[in-house]
Amino acid sequence: MYIYDSIDRTLVAERVAEFRDQVARRLSGELTEDEFKPLRLMNGVYLQLHAYMLRIANPYGTLSSEQLRRLAHVARHYDRGYGHFTTRQNIQFHWIKLEQLPDAMADLADAGMHGMQTSGNNVRNITTDQWAGVAPDEIEDPRIWAEIIRQHVTLHPEFSFMPRKFKICVGTASHDRAALRIHDLALRLHRNAAGEAGFEVMVGGGLGRTPYLAQTIRPFLKKRDLLSYVEAVLRTYNQFGRRDNIWKARIKILVHDLGAAAFAKDVEAEWQSIKDGPLALDAATVAEIASRFVYPDYEALEDGPPALAAARRADSRFDRWVNNAVANHKKPGYAIVTLSLKPEGGTPGDCTAVQMDAIADLADRYSFSEIRIGHEQNLALPHVAQRDLPAVWRALDALGLATPNIGLVSDIISCPGLDYCSLANARSIPIAQEITRRFHDLDRQRELGRLHINISGCINACGHHHVGHIGILGVEKNGEEFYQITLGGKADDNAELGTLIGPAVPYAKVADVVEDIADTYVALRTGPDELFIDTLARTGIEPFRERVYAAR
Amino acid sequence: MASPLERKIKITGPVVVTANRVADGAVIYRDADGGWTTRLDAAAVATNAASARALIAEANADDLRAVGPYIAPVELTASGGRRPGNLRELIRLSGPTIDLPVSFGI
Repeated sequence: MYIYDSIDRTLVAERVAEFRDQVARRLSGELTEDEFKPLRLMNGVYLQLHAYMLRIANPYGTLSSEQLRRLAHVARHYDRGYGHFTTRQNIQFHWIKLEQLPDAMADLADAGMHGMQTSGNNVRNITTDQWAGVAPDEIEDPRIWAEIIRQHVTLHPEFSFMPRKFKICVGTASHDRAALRIHDLALRLHRNAAGEAGFEVMVGGGLGRTPYLAQTIRPFLKKRDLLSYVEAVLRTYNQFGRRDNIWKARIKILVHDLGAAAFAKDVEAEWQSIKDGPLALDAATVAEIASRFVYPDYEALEDGPPALAAARRADSRFDRWVNNAVANHKKPGYAIVTLSLKPEGGTPGDCTAVQMDAIADLADRYSFSEIRIGHEQNLALPHVAQRDLPAVWRALDALGLATPNIGLVSDIISCPGLDYCSLANARSIPIAQEITRRFHDLDRQRELGRLHINISGCINACGHHHVGHIGILGVEKNGEEFYQITLGGKADDNAELGTLIGPAVPYAKVADVVEDIADTYVALRTGPDELFIDTLARTGIEPFRERVYAAR
Repeated sequence: MASPLERKIKITGPVVVTANRVADGAVIYRDADGGWTTRLDAAAVATNAASARALIAEANADDLRAVGPYIAPVELTASGGRRPGNLRELIRLSGPTIDLPVSFGI
């Protein structure tokens, strides 16, 4: 966990007091909505279909048990008893009353949480691998670098009014679990031929109506230069990004229009003027930030305790869950446990106050009081001793958080869609729910293997449909909900955008289409070891297209 | 020549003016008495551009109580009630079409 210092705490408390005054002035009529809207958006307060929505930043997807309990408290006292974890490692409350928002924000601030920079044309919450600090395949903890950037850009006046929002993602593992290349700026730590660690800098990724994957503009950046280079990228975008057309304002359009090489040249020119200035990171500065991350006092344990093996033999449900939801930890004797927020028939990413409190208790008892949020809208307990897995599983199972579907067809990423969102054209959640019901048989899911479905209710693509193995995009046609289907997207180390397979299908047919696609895969694969995405790469989309449209 | 505002309003059927309430964001409808109601059945219905224009002009002037007023289609029922004219408005009136998680299995 990162421990906030007095500067952080003061900043957050002052912002609450400021917002309390702004809300009072809005409610009294002293501020018009036109005047108030930019102020509320600076604090993550949106207006959706039914109510205000408060989006809270969880930097790099890390939460303490105290913070999760505070979120449960806000859900219970100011909302309707639940929250929604998003694809940006944030949480949203969908039923907040404006008149109660200052109190809710004050309660959150007590636990170091806020909604700053979860909206507006600034640098948004910086995301990373939800297994940061515990993944065996990482070079070092990405949160230290994310935190260095976060501190620099938070409320930075130069980056508070950019052409459009700006999303940064940091990855330091050999496997990309953070969907790096769909971000405006992605920073991937890796080692060069000499064994030195440095960042690959990628820019111009983003989904929405014009999807692009980020392109590399610098294969290797020394760690000391991280902040100055990020600054140079932001300045270049701030100077040349379009402000005349909201649909062409993201950095991805600038990079695409200029070409990555030309954009890189502009960045390098800017960087040369600042690289050896105050933004150069010295070892002491990095060490100071790193020292604020407190790591667990792990026990000296062995991998594979006999009691775990016995428990797996004794209970096939437990064994199945371990196979699916438990990952290797960098410390012997420990494991990373993923909590599925995707129960059959549930809303992807939703978590009740009861569940939040219970997860916080489990984190205290079994995971050094720490919880993680993944962009797939699941949670994780990052430091569970392997000997405790049976007890953790029993508790999670009772809470509805142990569905062994991580990475499978029912582990669906979905935006809130037209059930909540004022931008949406079509519903997302009921589509996700129907698909989970169709694939309720866990044996069938396991047989299908890794298969990612992503659903967005509009072209803004909050459900990342472009990078789903099966992507589903809701559109509106003559007042009816229709859904475009794409195949072959992926957000991993070999990220790709999906390909549209044909005309949109009506609401009632979407789950049928997904079943057709799944059946086609099973018929075409060379064997159970060939994953959906690999079969698709081998055959192309044509046999899938044929199957989907031949029947209709 | 019509003003830009007048040109924008085209009415093809009965409409109401709807917005969100400032204090809590609740869905509200402009009523015939110059106030706001959460009941669609109590909303003022306009059936021509002139009355719709008048309703939205009043609503826009009431920034203290309402956020983002706009004209939304409705259908009139035989009994004199109103039904939302599209899915978005139905969801705004009735809430999400899904069970909220508090009622889901916990």
